[in-house]
Amino acid sequence: MNRLGYIGLGIAALFIIAAIFAPFIATHDVGVQNLAARYAGPSAEHWFGTDGLGRDVFSRVIFGARISLQVGISVVVISGIVGVIIGAIAGFYGGFVDKFLSGYVFNVFLAFPGLLLAIALVAFLGAGQGKLIVALCIIGWVGYARVMRGQVLKVREYDYVAAARALGASNMRILFTHILPNAIQPLIVQASLGMAGAVLSEASLSFLGLGIPPPAPSWGTMVEEARQFFSSSPHVLLFPGLAIALTVLAFNFIGDGLREYLDPKQRAR
Amino acid sequence: MKYKFLNIARQIGLMLLVIWTVVSLVTLLIEIVPGDPATTILGETATQEQIDGFRQKHGLDRPPFFFSYGDQGLKWNGMDNRYADYWSGLLVGDLGISMRTDRPVLGMILERYPSTIKLAIASMLVAIGIALPLGVLAGSRKNSLVDNFASVFALLGISLPTFVIGPFLVYVFAVKLGWFSTTGSQYPEDIVLPAVTLGAALSAILTRMIRSSVIEELGEDYVRTARAKGLSERVVLYKHVLKNGLIPVVTILGLQLGVLLAGAIITERIFNWQGLGLLLLEDGIGKRDYRLVQGCVLVISVTFIIANSLTDFVYRKLDPRIRLG
Repeated sequence: MNRLGYIGLGIAALFIIAAIFAPFIATHDVGVQNLAARYAGPSAEHWFGTDGLGRDVFSRVIFGARISLQVGISVVVISGIVGVIIGAIAGFYGGFVDKFLSGYVFNVFLAFPGLLLAIALVAFLGAGQGKLIVALCIIGWVGYARVMRGQVLKVREYDYVAAARALGASNMRILFTHILPNAIQPLIVQASLGMAGAVLSEASLSFLGLGIPPPAPSWGTMVEEARQFFSSSPHVLLFPGLAIALTVLAFNFIGDGLREYLDPKQRAR
Repeated sequence: MKYKFLNIARQIGLMLLVIWTVVSLVTLLIEIVPGDPATTILGETATQEQIDGFRQKHGLDRPPFFFSYGDQGLKWNGMDNRYADYWSGLLVGDLGISMRTDRPVLGMILERYPSTIKLAIASMLVAIGIALPLGVLAGSRKNSLVDNFASVFALLGISLPTFVIGPFLVYVFAVKLGWFSTTGSQYPEDIVLPAVTLGAALSAILTRMIRSSVIEELGEDYVRTARAKGLSERVVLYKHVLKNGLIPVVTILGLQLGVLLAGAIITERIFNWQGLGLLLLEDGIGKRDYRLVQGCVLVISVTFIIANSLTDFVYRKLDPRIRLG
């Protein structure tokens, strides 16, 4: 993997550690308000300052990592599994099934701008972490399905698959022991880029007031709350904004780095 | 010729099929609203009479679809259902009446549609204006200072969310320098900050694409031939390389229009830009005007689908190799 890929891995690891050990790292209780100390600048007491309700921004950013990564990982795992299954079905069975799935269903889901579909779903379903994850999975699975389908189409023509079939291996066995291991690399790239997308979508929806409702310390919600007073106290917006940007950047770096590593044609460039 | 015609017919067929599905999904979205939309909109204090009147006016008392599934199993509802209503309205350009204002949804959307399109086009121009020179410079001088700058710029543009870029631009150019107003769409120059905000991510993507496209084309045989003919590097770059290198860029531009339309929702919120996104957010979702939400989602999606199909068409025209692909 290239240098940027490792940098991405390092940043992502930092955020994952922050998320896991949030209660030990945070210096204050994320919910405790102190109206006497509203919009205080960074200090020894409050490393990232305080927000409009006097809450400690550093602690909220640390706990925000939990929400972002929880949503991101859930979306990647669920939409990954759904996408792999549907993509495998399309690629493996071919014929009408494939025409229907890849020619029609995939196109329908790609026909909606992703964020718009998520906004529409949340608008009708109502806000909340669970519903947000459902909405992001509905827009996310197609990416995995397309990758999986492409890989299955490629691999199923190989001689060793024909050999396995001649030996009497079942469809399921061929899919899981012969085709899936071959498809895993591009799927990991997709997952990494999907993680960046999910973190950004969660923040965007929360920013619009359609994601995780306050007072939960979602980075997107924190940016929205800080926006009005950006000119007088920019730090309240800056730190959660930076956290979003760094996380998205990290997973994009990892995805790009892995893709380059796995594709020798690109490596040479 | 016959093959070409068939191909176009297939494309159009698929487009219509996708639009049909999108309309169906949008129509049936209201079924997933928890509880009764009538009570949600009229509030707890509404009388039964008011609720019944509301339900009748907006067709909520009718079955949602041709058939329904209940205690008695599958039940056929006939043509008298909301899905058929929506379609018969749609075919004459009627998107229903707003549940809040009683105004036709189409009229409300048409009022706002031009300013969103204006914003999307302006941000596309901003993106091209930044990405074209930067991408060409970076690609033709690989690993130079310009190239490194372009990489950093592209990374920032891709990872910084619009809702962080927007307030930052407002702070610098509106609050500190006073060049533009902080929000609103009153004066012509008010479009600059929203367009830059919305176009930032696209310009980053485009810069990367143009760069790698130029690098790839510079390695082709025809470039060597052109150079061997004694053409200046300038002519080689702008007349030959760019012409071929821009083909993938056109595709990305078309496909990104939808991303811009969706991204406009956030940008419009930041700058209080009176477009479709703000209509969807504030009047639609904020006031639970489900009919308006349906209309906005539908119009944005259909614009996106049409833009994508046109892109596909232009792409085929531009590159003879894929015309029959």
